[in-house]
Amino acid sequence: MIDGKKEKSGKGESSSSCILIENSCEIIGGDFSRAGEASMRLKKELTGLGIHEDIINRAGTAAFEAEMNVIIHAAAGWMRYTVTPEKLRIIVEDMGPGIQDIALAMKDGYSTAPEWVKQMGWGAGMGLPNIKKNSDEFNIDTVVGEGTSLEIIINILKGEEI
Amino acid sequence: MNLAELAEKLSLKVLTYSEGLERNISGCYVSDMLSDVMANSRKDEIWITIQTHSNILAVASLKNLSGIIIVNKREVDEETLKKAASEHVTIFSSDLTAFEAAGRIYKLIR
Repeated sequence: MIDGKKEKSGKGESSSSCILIENSCEIIGGDFSRAGEASMRLKKELTGLGIHEDIINRAGTAAFEAEMNVIIHAAAGWMRYTVTPEKLRIIVEDMGPGIQDIALAMKDGYSTAPEWVKQMGWGAGMGLPNIKKNSDEFNIDTVVGEGTSLEIIINILKGEEI
Repeated sequence: MNLAELAEKLSLKVLTYSEGLERNISGCYVSDMLSDVMANSRKDEIWITIQTHSNILAVASLKNLSGIIIVNKREVDEETLKKAASEHVTIFSSDLTAFEAAGRIYKLIR
């Protein structure tokens, strides 16, 4: 699932499906006071569509952890999301330091966050594992010194109505 | 049990969003690690913590928690208090320790 490779060359198969929501939000690195804004906007929009609360919960958790990673580690970034009746696709891209060792970063409890961030209750090394746990598909594309792009896909339709 | 009854039984002080006091609580989660709360808390639980910065609002809101109890007489950041109403998050403060608060809640709702 996490192959560290870039597999997106355009939106591919999902572009033919009807898009219910498409949006993007800027995330400012270091701005803890606005942390959660992008994820809460996504949650509101999903709630407005009447999507099942378990899916909204998973999406909110994955999106917020990704948003926090940008705030903690990067200079800036953005969250883009597309919702179709079948799936939610969230892309969180940043201009940050990149991830040296993806396998290590995915390990529960491994963190490179500074001490003051840990004091705030972040940086427990749970972010990426939390994102993976809440995604149906999760891809990391990272270049050290340039930035990181996360692709989070959550299936909406599993034989249930929206 | 709803938040109003809980506040009375534990002598909690309501700091923000008293409009939310009718809300029911299903359980309790105790943690100061925000990612842990994101990963393991469940809807309608009340959250006990000593974290007081405004990120607790986003956590409570995204996880649909019923409210937050700040224990150990900790003072809550001004910014958190200001933002809580618009995020619809009820925050209480308590003189109790996390252990005491959780213990009493456990007795009340289990």
